[in-house]
Amino acid sequence: MKTKFTTDTKLETEIAYFENINLKLDSGDIIDSFKLAFKTYGKLNADKTNAILVCHALTGDQYVAGNNPITGREGWWSRMVGPNKPIDTNKFFIICSNVLGGCAGSTGPKELQNGSDVAYGGNFPSVTIKDMVKAQSLLIESLNIEKLFSVIGGSMGAMQALQWAIDFPDRIFNIIHIAGALKHSAQNIAFHEVGRQAIMSDPIWKNGKYFENNEVPERGLSVARMIAHITYLSENAMHRKFGRKLQSRDIISFGFDADFQVESYLRYQGKSFVERFDANSYLYLTRAMDYFDHDETFRKNIEFSHNPNNHLKYLIVSFTSDWLFPTIESKMIVNQLNSLSREVSFLEIDTDKGHDSFLLEEPQLDDVIKGFLTKNFAKIDE
Amino acid sequence: MNKINSIRKDWSLIETLIAEDRKILDIGCGDGGLMEQLENNRNAITHGIELNRDLAANAIARGFNVVHGNAELDLSQYSNNSFDYVILSQTLQAMMKPKDILSELLRIGSKAIVSFPNFGHWKIRLQLLISGKMPVTESLPYTWYDTPNIHFFTIKDFLNLCNEMNIVIEKSIGLTSKGKQFDISESVTGVNFFTHEAIFLLSYKNFEPIKIKSSKKVFAKNSVIAN
Repeated sequence: MKTKFTTDTKLETEIAYFENINLKLDSGDIIDSFKLAFKTYGKLNADKTNAILVCHALTGDQYVAGNNPITGREGWWSRMVGPNKPIDTNKFFIICSNVLGGCAGSTGPKELQNGSDVAYGGNFPSVTIKDMVKAQSLLIESLNIEKLFSVIGGSMGAMQALQWAIDFPDRIFNIIHIAGALKHSAQNIAFHEVGRQAIMSDPIWKNGKYFENNEVPERGLSVARMIAHITYLSENAMHRKFGRKLQSRDIISFGFDADFQVESYLRYQGKSFVERFDANSYLYLTRAMDYFDHDETFRKNIEFSHNPNNHLKYLIVSFTSDWLFPTIESKMIVNQLNSLSREVSFLEIDTDKGHDSFLLEEPQLDDVIKGFLTKNFAKIDE
Repeated sequence: MNKINSIRKDWSLIETLIAEDRKILDIGCGDGGLMEQLENNRNAITHGIELNRDLAANAIARGFNVVHGNAELDLSQYSNNSFDYVILSQTLQAMMKPKDILSELLRIGSKAIVSFPNFGHWKIRLQLLISGKMPVTESLPYTWYDTPNIHFFTIKDFLNLCNEMNIVIEKSIGLTSKGKQFDISESVTGVNFFTHEAIFLLSYKNFEPIKIKSSKKVFAKNSVIAN
């Protein structure tokens, strides 16, 4: 496999081109060539044993730490990844790539179709979590890394980490799986469907061809984001943050302005999301999450496809107030691993910050990630 | 003996019951202290369960395989005979259903190690006899209304239960309140009186397969069904 690497100075990102690779997707479709935008942090050691792949969530990107040129803000996990941070870049070599189907430089609906000057839009093939991981595995291969020390992710990132454990158990030492599940639940599919309907019923969407007139289905995409954002919080966190406080006024308006702070906050979230995310990408990636399901097959996969000498370690973390990926979903993974006597650790962190907790200040999360990585790295480094 | 010393002593005795290179489940593993000791001194592969969130987090941060959970609910997920030893140190008296836990220990592990404070110790008997109030001692330091220890039992009670459940006591170690160590099975009189803490190595009785001899040389199918 020959991979071409370039640097996109405008997007401040590395890009890996996989040409004539004929990537076969879950759907049966084949992408003959594709590219992945990725960032790395820290240095790969001489033995190439310190590489960690961080997988981003639904609306994340490869900008884990440092500056994100798209938003002009700090990377999405800069509190977790960096020098002397829990995922320590002085010690580890961190790789994060924008998922297949994403919109931060990797091949996705926003990018031009191979050999044409038209973007994919709705012609982009359906991608799954498994496809994303397959693409990542090619990137890791082309970086000449035989075995990743760890694959770490929250939410959709956790799905990818679990998929790595299923598909490439011999190419990783451990996974850290935060706020994820074996499957996307009916309720989660339902929320995603409402979001997609919001986008698709925006007249500007035009079956995904909005880019032809240089337009964006802003209304639909921002409503989708507003709905999703509610599911990332918890009732307590919302109450603590906003209560019934009014926004820039002392009395209610008896109209439909954003009277309440919570309304104003959601409107802001929706609006700023439109500036950085592609509506078609949102459709494809939410669909990929919906299709994720290892409920019936996980145990058999782990039992039969794994080399018994392969002591793959699992760290599973959930949050008490996460109602999108509740603790019980994490415990199902833990149960199945325990029933096969696999090396698994599990912690439910007590917090009211909801699903988004993994991105926020949670000292206990920092402690277990840091300890788990440091101690287990010392073991393989012996 | 203070609480910490008593636990260290408990651990070092548990260690003497464990062979090298075995797979161990420590129930109520705290921050992994005993697991660490057994990994270092016995080259054990260790797993733990801990109910307390902060202790479980500490154990995980210290690199141990620890599941944050409730043993009374979560033991069922482990497969039969998936460990060589299952350890329950100083916790049986705090379980809702000690009998069920005991049978779970020996389902999951080939052997179980159980340690507990003896409620039959003379100091405890004397306290109850003289003061007429629920005893409070070094190893059972809680008042009756806030104690996690909800099932008090003596060595005699424990031996009776093992007998009833066809559990064999392979080894037993007793400790007096001064920390003197002795073999419970070899002591004849007064064991239940002066044992302060007890540690047992348990396994299930191995039943010999029953051999039935037939008096008839020809085995008639019908007779089997009829009789």
